[in-house]
Amino acid sequence: MTDTDVPQAETVSKVDTVMGDPGPTGRFGEFGGRFVPETLVPACAELERAFREKWLDEGFRGEFETLLRTYAGRPSMLTRADRISEELGLTLLLKREDLNHTGSHKINNVLGQALLAKHMGKTRLIAETGAGQHGVATATAAALMGMECLVYMGEVDMERQALNVFRMKLLGAEVRPALSGSRTLKDAVNEAMRAWVAEVEETHYCLGSVMGPHPYPFMVREFHRVIGDEAREQCREMTGGDPDVATACVGGGSNAAGLFVGFADTDTELVGVEPAGGAAVGRAVPGVVHGSKSYLMQDEFGQVLEAESISAGLDYPGVGPEHAHLAAIGRARYEQVTDAEVLDAFQLLSRTEGIIPALEPSHALAWVMRDREALAGKTVLLNLSGRGDKDVEQVQGILG
Amino acid sequence: MTATERSAAPTPVADAPATIGAIEAKLRERREAGAKLLVPYVTAGISPDWTDIVRAVADAGADAIEIGLPFSDPVMDGPVIQEASDRALAAGTDPPAVLDALAEIDAGVPLAIMTYYNLVFRAGDARFAASLAQAGVSGAILPDLPLEESGDWAAAADEADIETIMLVAPTAPDDRLPQVINRCRGFVYSVGLVGITGERSELARSALELAARVKPLTDKPVLVGVGVSTPEQAAEVSTVADGVVVGSALVRVLLEGGGTSGAADLVGRFRHALDAG
Ligand SMILES: Cc1ncc(COP(=O)(O)O)c(C=O)c1O
Repeated sequence: MTDTDVPQAETVSKVDTVMGDPGPTGRFGEFGGRFVPETLVPACAELERAFREKWLDEGFRGEFETLLRTYAGRPSMLTRADRISEELGLTLLLKREDLNHTGSHKINNVLGQALLAKHMGKTRLIAETGAGQHGVATATAAALMGMECLVYMGEVDMERQALNVFRMKLLGAEVRPALSGSRTLKDAVNEAMRAWVAEVEETHYCLGSVMGPHPYPFMVREFHRVIGDEAREQCREMTGGDPDVATACVGGGSNAAGLFVGFADTDTELVGVEPAGGAAVGRAVPGVVHGSKSYLMQDEFGQVLEAESISAGLDYPGVGPEHAHLAAIGRARYEQVTDAEVLDAFQLLSRTEGIIPALEPSHALAWVMRDREALAGKTVLLNLSGRGDKDVEQVQGILG
Repeated sequence: MTATERSAAPTPVADAPATIGAIEAKLRERREAGAKLLVPYVTAGISPDWTDIVRAVADAGADAIEIGLPFSDPVMDGPVIQEASDRALAAGTDPPAVLDALAEIDAGVPLAIMTYYNLVFRAGDARFAASLAQAGVSGAILPDLPLEESGDWAAAADEADIETIMLVAPTAPDDRLPQVINRCRGFVYSVGLVGITGERSELARSALELAARVKPLTDKPVLVGVGVSTPEQAAEVSTVADGVVVGSALVRVLLEGGGTSGAADLVGRFRHALDAG
């Protein structure tokens, strides 16, 4: 097959270790792969080749790290949330991805992909977005690097996140509504994939999570591993050891993957938190959509179901394939929380720590609050993946 | 914690069986008789009378027919086929009902199912392949199942004597084309442009270019589909290819309420242009 000439360099850790290299076929256990139209197969192979080469290249790594440090504002801080810790009877450490430029973890991946796309000679980025955070981050990177940018966003999400739509436009991007299906993130992915099929030669599809066809789940995790790598150092410095638990919200699962990969080879328990209305791992039915095999919310015939969540960024019926694998082998577990629990968490963190979180990471906090008894006395590292500015208007509407 | 887990590599793709299935046999026979080949596409469930439409399309000169089994997230399809799929799904169309209807249809030409892999995967490769065979369907086109991922399905389809029609695309490097073509049964689906299904005012140059790259590599029938929108375009591309697949142009007529007579009329015009070509 044509893929056998892809360099099989072991870029991070060996193939077949937990959260290692998924190899040339992009497999995380039985999950992953490259289920794309034939038109895109060469583009995926080219992207994989370019990523593997650049990720081993010190010059590229240096450029990426400089961008993260001098543009995104890394390293992000680790904050001990003392008041909430006292209230819950545990030690809560917050990895402050909310303090990154553009307000979420999404910038890590986007800077990596935009830099790679530029090295590959692409002139245009397309992206899908749910909450708008990935769209804003992509538009930002495109502006920074002088590239064109087109973002697909579900029509429903454009209403929920109108400010982010305006931000993207300010940044020079074009925002196109996805009008099909549920008109949320899933449909934005469909539209972005269709656009990519049509413009694959000059365009890079800047996918926003650890999903899609190989190499995306692997590549996006690697661009986010800075979260887990930093947090591991910071935890050791602050507490003298690894946390008992590392937790993050899971939509596609990029912020969780970036955190988990830093602790995959430790004894730290890994807990992903999904919205109850978008619990792909919770339901654990395998399926194939958007380029990979993973867990997927679907009906008895395989039609994809629409997710239902207060948080536009988690309103997705699938999940990245590596999370399906981590769940299947028991290395991570996945909990589900309701919108009401999320709203409580959102308010608690605001009130007790002076940090207004995004609704997405409020899911992880909601689980910590619910399971506080089981977590009593433990050190819990929570990835605070984004700040809540984008959500305050929506929450105001709900709380009145 | 050092739990390791061996990656389950995808099932290797076995060579295609040497036997010729019903679709390929029919297309070869027609080609040998000097005809250019016409394979129209109809979305199952697009209207209550969709089986009548399939029969009308057969009677109007189709050599084989693609039956679209609607999927919720058709990433290879443009607005026309998306709309048709949405309508069919909203009307409650599901795979068993479609296959039951096809078992009764007796269209007189071989049929191929065109759908997305999740509907197959959910049912199970072997079960799905057997259900196609039982319904009298001869082939399957799964546009999101490229060669490297098709091992499980191809094995099940070969076993059930279902022809797996593979797509070749203009973006394929030269060394890839023979690999995909070798695994093609029924016919080689030569994608007419870099993009998704939908009508185009002009035939893309890539349609002719790809067909010209593919034809010398195989004597299997080579049909161009995606972006073949008018009888004239069909005739033009068939100067190089063995024929065409016509999707969005026909489905649009159906969405606009053309019904059996509108479908027969359009297919008749494609037939005429190909025969005159
Ligand atoms: C702040 C924040 N966290 C999390 C997510 C979900 O993405 P992922 O699951 O890939 O981390 C989003 C998506 O928009 C987000 O904006």
